[in-house]
Amino acid sequence: MRLQFILSEIGIGLRRNVAMATSVVLVTLVSLFLLGLGFLTQRQVATMKDYWYDRVQVSIFLCGQDSNVASCANGAVTQAQKDQIMADLQSPQLAGYVDRIYYESKQEAYDRFKVQFKDSVLSENVTVDQMPESYRVKLKNPQEYKVVAQVFTDRPGVESVEDQNQVLDRLFALLNRLKYYSWGIALVTLACSVLLVATTIRLTAFTRRRETGIMRLVGASNLFIQLPFILESMIAAAVGAALASAGLVALTHFEIQGRLAHSLRFINYVNVTDALVIVPWLFVVGLVIAGVSSFLALLRYLKV
Amino acid sequence: MIRFENVTKIYPGTSRPALRDVTLEVTKGEFVFLVGASGSGKSTCLRLVLKEEKPSQGIVRVAGKDVARLSSWKVPHLRRTIGVVFQDFRLLPNKTVFENVAFALQVIGKPRHAIAHTVPEVLDLVGLAGKERRFPHELSGGEQQRVAIARAFVNRPSIVLADEPTGNLDPATSIGIVRLLDRINRTGTTILMATHDDDIVDQMRKRVVELEDGQLVRDQDRGVYGYAR
Repeated sequence: MRLQFILSEIGIGLRRNVAMATSVVLVTLVSLFLLGLGFLTQRQVATMKDYWYDRVQVSIFLCGQDSNVASCANGAVTQAQKDQIMADLQSPQLAGYVDRIYYESKQEAYDRFKVQFKDSVLSENVTVDQMPESYRVKLKNPQEYKVVAQVFTDRPGVESVEDQNQVLDRLFALLNRLKYYSWGIALVTLACSVLLVATTIRLTAFTRRRETGIMRLVGASNLFIQLPFILESMIAAAVGAALASAGLVALTHFEIQGRLAHSLRFINYVNVTDALVIVPWLFVVGLVIAGVSSFLALLRYLKV
Repeated sequence: MIRFENVTKIYPGTSRPALRDVTLEVTKGEFVFLVGASGSGKSTCLRLVLKEEKPSQGIVRVAGKDVARLSSWKVPHLRRTIGVVFQDFRLLPNKTVFENVAFALQVIGKPRHAIAHTVPEVLDLVGLAGKERRFPHELSGGEQQRVAIARAFVNRPSIVLADEPTGNLDPATSIGIVRLLDRINRTGTTILMATHDDDIVDQMRKRVVELEDGQLVRDQDRGVYGYAR
């Protein structure tokens, strides 16, 4: 009975205030979309990092069967060459620079590739033999990359020495900047959202002062009087969150997976699942902000 | 039922007290007229009973409980035991007579079948049977006040406070309203009515409590309005 009463009060309130309810929905939509976009960007950065990105700085790729680099003229790398590389990595000269050494076999490289690119077309056409063997080296000081790289570049058996981080770092810096800008604007629009909710409450409380006055007089509990206002704001915020989520999922599905993944194929992209993981958080943020700001606005503008 | 113990009320920002050391007791089932000139403190008394205001000094007791000590979530329960009628009726203009009275039951969570049963009963009591679907603006002043009384009484409160209920009404209608309150009083409800209306007070011959400048100057059983000196 009480529930029905509250629902009808909310319905009346929303209908009376369509303009304000719509503006709350729109501002929430924009702020939560940008918030979600920031999270998505963060997710994209994580997706682009392979297994080794955060762990090592130097990747020494060993010659495979088909390498056509000068140092691989004699075919695949031999065990002797591998032992020599290992010995050098562990030698006293490099001891000051080398922190840890990992070895990755073709099979391990294949397994990791499969995991990272599991949603992409690439992974279906790759074989174990196509994957390179490698030594991965973690440095004590990442800046000293050149010192270590010099020792192994152009050595027979070594196809290439790379600091894979280098290429990606710049891209990641860009993506991180995008994330922070996104969140910066999201913060501003969330602030707008809070103020808008407070203003809506103030307006609604004033418009309904006769009803709330009589409710107080007649002995309705404080919560009962406040609840329709709070729920109205939360419903508007929920609608905004739903639209923002739909927007984010649509962006991921159509633009990222739809267009980007087909034009720039060598990068792993975020997919709809990643976007869906963000969705509940958007709702949480939206509802909490609407709930809290409407409650505080009521304390200020509704005499109980 | 209602007790004022040395109650003083000074509104913030003023120096003159609205009520000065008022001691008053209203027992269960009494009918009391609260009379006095404008500004003498009649409305303040009623507001103190409802906990719309807190006394600056002294204690206000309703049904034995110190009203000032009630926590704010218990105040609604206090107000459910008190019905209030105002000079300006205070009806909701967009609701029908039935809905206005039902409102008092809805907001405290009474189920629909109880409302469908109780509201017609109380409308009959106040003499408005058949007018359930009218809107307030379609009723005369007297009828609107009856709706307000119905709303105040529908919950069978133990106390009904009336703040100048006949202020906007003509003499003939006024007497009808006060007779209605008298009928309600006879069901055992305590009535405290603040009023200017000397005719009514003289006719009814109930207990009269007179306030002047915030002080209680007269408390007379079967009293008349006229200023005693």
